[in-house]
Amino acid sequence: MLRLTDSEKSMLDGREGKARQKAMDLLVRYAEALGAERFVDTRNVAGVPGSANPFLQRYYEGKDQDGKDAIFSHFDLDSDELVDVPPALVPTYHLQGGADPRNWQTLGVKVEVFRNYEEREAFAARHDVGILKTCTPYLVGNVPAMGEHLAWMESSAVIFANSVLGARTNTEGRESTSAAMLTGKIPDWGLHRTERRFGTHRIDVQLPVESVMDWGMLGYFVGDMVQERIPVIAGDFARPEIVRLKHFGAAASSSGGVEMYHIAGTTPEAESVEMAFGPNSPVETFTYGKAEQRRVYDQLNASASDPNVDYVMLGCPHAALEQLREAAALLEGTRVSANCALWIFTSRAVRSEADRLGYIKIINDAGGVVLTDTCSAFAQALPPGTKVAALDSAKQAHYLPAILGVQAWFGSTRECIQAASTGRWSGERP
Amino acid sequence: MKVAVTIVLKGRGVVGGRAEGEALVTRETIPGWGGVNPQQGIITETRHELRGRSFKDKVLVFRGAKGSSGWSAMYHTSRLAGTAPKALVFNEMTTKVALGAVVMRVPSVTDLDRDPLDVIETGDWVVVDGDLGTVHVQKVEK
Repeated sequence: MLRLTDSEKSMLDGREGKARQKAMDLLVRYAEALGAERFVDTRNVAGVPGSANPFLQRYYEGKDQDGKDAIFSHFDLDSDELVDVPPALVPTYHLQGGADPRNWQTLGVKVEVFRNYEEREAFAARHDVGILKTCTPYLVGNVPAMGEHLAWMESSAVIFANSVLGARTNTEGRESTSAAMLTGKIPDWGLHRTERRFGTHRIDVQLPVESVMDWGMLGYFVGDMVQERIPVIAGDFARPEIVRLKHFGAAASSSGGVEMYHIAGTTPEAESVEMAFGPNSPVETFTYGKAEQRRVYDQLNASASDPNVDYVMLGCPHAALEQLREAAALLEGTRVSANCALWIFTSRAVRSEADRLGYIKIINDAGGVVLTDTCSAFAQALPPGTKVAALDSAKQAHYLPAILGVQAWFGSTRECIQAASTGRWSGERP
Repeated sequence: MKVAVTIVLKGRGVVGGRAEGEALVTRETIPGWGGVNPQQGIITETRHELRGRSFKDKVLVFRGAKGSSGWSAMYHTSRLAGTAPKALVFNEMTTKVALGAVVMRVPSVTDLDRDPLDVIETGDWVVVDGDLGTVHVQKVEK
């Protein structure tokens, strides 16, 4: 049975205005659906408030009235009534979306669609939403503390926040994050609760997992095996750093619905395997060896047969500064093939830093483009005529063929850059 | 259609209301953003057993939700596009499926006393009551 505090009742009764009432109404319906008993307070929201893809732009066209925003009212708050939207009550950040303001034409975005993206961004900014425009808020300034309650969207960011940072969030959605932005409330359910954060399944890693590609494949395996449960990864491998953890988590939350994992000896709630499981005993143990790694590799390359690569995409999740440095180093002295395009996606903040360090110039001089705000899968944007892509992200390899119907090769960053310069895939099966 | 037998399952209502329709059943979790086309109401994920199948006007019987946090927004969009399922019956509660069910505004039931994936087959006629938390399954005579 859901219990509300006085301040929550006050919002639900409409004493704090219509928008907060609708936000609270949605949160109550959501909490009841979950079977939650109460809300927790949050002061850290990451969502996509007020954003609109071309479908939503058309659907809500002409439906604003008296300065009241139809998209936020009807879609974000799931309200049948138009409401006046106040600024964010608690710190709120915009995740990826829209199109790169420098390169929207490269992405093939129509001018009227881009103008609309600009308007939606201005709407968010007017409501005090930080325009990070990235799937990696944790790389560019929104770094929650251990134990902090969040309302975050973006599965790869959620899994990072829970597992690597020890913050607490479920995978929230568009509507729940926008409602949290106006109320500072989110259902106290799932990963907000200590007893729901312990491991459920054990993964015994029996081969060396070293590169970013290795960690991506392991993540893809783990998600497939445990779906939305909590895996505890154990094995004799070097402690993975941020980029490896970013690719591991993104993969695990794509092949399955993993929102939290433990790596014994690495992540903060898993100083040991025993600590990671707490009171739980492993439901099942999976072994990850050469055969499993090869199976994952083959799954990730299942859509590809044509070795002629016309598009190389890096930056899923958005590239960290060191990944742009790596790409620049691999590209120095070479050129992207005339038959191929190279797009690398990152956040605005990382792009700006990479610019200062000269990486952007090296990548551009080699014929590559660094883009922000979005990615190919999210924007559904490819270089014209793309039939075969090459990717260094298991997450992107999971989504791109399904969304855009292209073939996709999966391999290391080095193999991808090599494909960009030769126009041919020569990745090696592990 | 001849109904051979009716089976009643009892569980917990997630979203209220009553709806009925033909079942579309999968033992797999269902993707959201990046795995469905909400304008057409079709599952598009490459390795999904329902790839290419439409969930429009079906009673979707499934294990749970997976993948992107865009799950709710995709099925919310399917409601706007008129391609949403008529009702949901599922096993595993997550924030994705809870929020998705709420914004789809379709009767939804979970925590059933028998595994709906063992009882319901694609093509069965299913009546979902989200207020009572019940699922009536009319097995079609073969």
